[in-house]
Amino acid sequence: MSEYKWRYAFFLGCVIPNRYPMIERSIRDVFEELGAEILDMPGASCCPAPGVFRAFHIPTWLVIAARNISIAEELGVSPLTGCNGCYGTLRDAWYDLEHNPEEKKHVNELLAKVGRQYKGNFEPKHVVQALYLDMGLDYLKDHIKHKFDDLKVGVHYGCHIVKPSDKRPWHGEYENPQFLDEIVEITGAKSIDYKDKYMCCGAGGAVRTAVKEVAADFTREKLVNMRDAGVDIIINCCPFCHLQLDLGQVEVNNFYKDIIGEPFKIPVIYITQLLGVAMGMDPNRLGLIKNHDLKGVSPFIPIDRFLDIVKEQII
Amino acid sequence: MSDNVEKYIKRKVHKGMSTKISQKFIDAGLEKIRACINCGTCTGSCPSGRRTAYRTRSAIRKALTGDESVLEDIDIWMCSTCYYCYERCPRDIPVTDMIIKLRNIAVEEGFILDSHFTLASDIFYATGHGVPANDPEAHKQWRALRESYGLPPLPPTVHSYPEAVKECQTLMNEVGFRALLDNAAKLKAKRKAEAEKIAKEKTEEEKK
Ligand code: SF4
Ligand code: SF4
Repeated sequence: MSEYKWRYAFFLGCVIPNRYPMIERSIRDVFEELGAEILDMPGASCCPAPGVFRAFHIPTWLVIAARNISIAEELGVSPLTGCNGCYGTLRDAWYDLEHNPEEKKHVNELLAKVGRQYKGNFEPKHVVQALYLDMGLDYLKDHIKHKFDDLKVGVHYGCHIVKPSDKRPWHGEYENPQFLDEIVEITGAKSIDYKDKYMCCGAGGAVRTAVKEVAADFTREKLVNMRDAGVDIIINCCPFCHLQLDLGQVEVNNFYKDIIGEPFKIPVIYITQLLGVAMGMDPNRLGLIKNHDLKGVSPFIPIDRFLDIVKEQII
Repeated sequence: MSDNVEKYIKRKVHKGMSTKISQKFIDAGLEKIRACINCGTCTGSCPSGRRTAYRTRSAIRKALTGDESVLEDIDIWMCSTCYYCYERCPRDIPVTDMIIKLRNIAVEEGFILDSHFTLASDIFYATGHGVPANDPEAHKQWRALRESYGLPPLPPTVHSYPEAVKECQTLMNEVGFRALLDNAAKLKAKRKAEAEKIAKEKTEEEKK
């Protein structure tokens, strides 16, 4: 019965399942539609966050990361993550352990105490990596049903999907990668160039937890540059950047109201939400229409503007 | 050399220079920093340095000279780990990784912010998630949001497997994380008590 072309173990992380479940929904649905089977990873934990818990204690970071990878190994497939932070952790830990047999031995001694083993035989992958490198643009193009020719997108990559470049699959490219723009543009949308496009959102490295105002000031700079370039929406590939650009946008409007002029209200959309709606999937399920009356939940910046621009194409 | 010039070329040496800390820097592999030619590329590339007092090169220099004030300053916690400095350093110094190692030493010496300590101890160690959704009251709306997308209220992570939380805690105990946090808490409390004592003595002095 296995009609699937690809199989992945879905490493959820924290922010996707616990704060932006519409991203989880959209990844599951889009991958299913594209013929990729998504397996759950029972009992997976925080990756642990590379700029936070690795910064507290590298050995803890490494052993918990190895435990997470070992759950995917038991399923016999690559761990797949939709989060740049989780990608940073799983990929860096995998890289470090594969290049350091002593460390690998030590990690396995620890894992043995809970009856686990890390082998390192499956490369951790990012959702965007699976879309772009495993499936490829041509394959994706065949699934596109609607073209959004009027949509101007500010693409935000975030940091850890491309850096450190020696541990990433993009052939050392980090100054000017194009893969995410190319995926965006198969939906007909235009990726608009803006100043310092590859700059960090500000949330990572435990900065958001340390001083919210500093994180928000990074975000303010990005938002100003995007607004100056005339973007309609932001597309990203990381739930923590997503949170920082969405909830952080509210914080920017609050902390920096005296210097930003008009408050920002740029809808923030994850790549598989955009791809899904272009593939003809239900915008309700993808989290592009508010279908509940819960208070204090994501998205914090209304996304109606996005549907206004594309509604003629999707009806 | 005239006094005039002498005055400007004399360097202040930080009082807190400690051989114990220097040794920790060396053990952590930080001597790679010695290849630094002070070109400033790291500082020039740093989005954090553009808005805070954090200067990558100066943190690197302090570490290089064994100046332990680098561990106390909040500055090293302003790095967002964007990896620009790491990528662009002409001497191939893995700058971001060095900052992360400096932070490890800082935590070992008890220099960890309250918000980071809570995150590590009360959230990550306790639940296995860095951003949890399992609090019966505080996270109710997040579980409802999951359900509105046809997902189970709790994800198939540690949140659905209590024995997996135990497993993570066993690993964290074995690898020394719990002890590290407990020690950091002790050092923080001690420093706080000392600071309070000095402040009290000062006010009493002033009263006299
Ligand atoms: S970029 Fe490298 S060589 Fe230049 S100052 Fe920074 S650490 Fe030193
Ligand atoms: S990794 Fe940290 S120190 Fe380096 S450029 Fe980015 S924010 Fe600055």
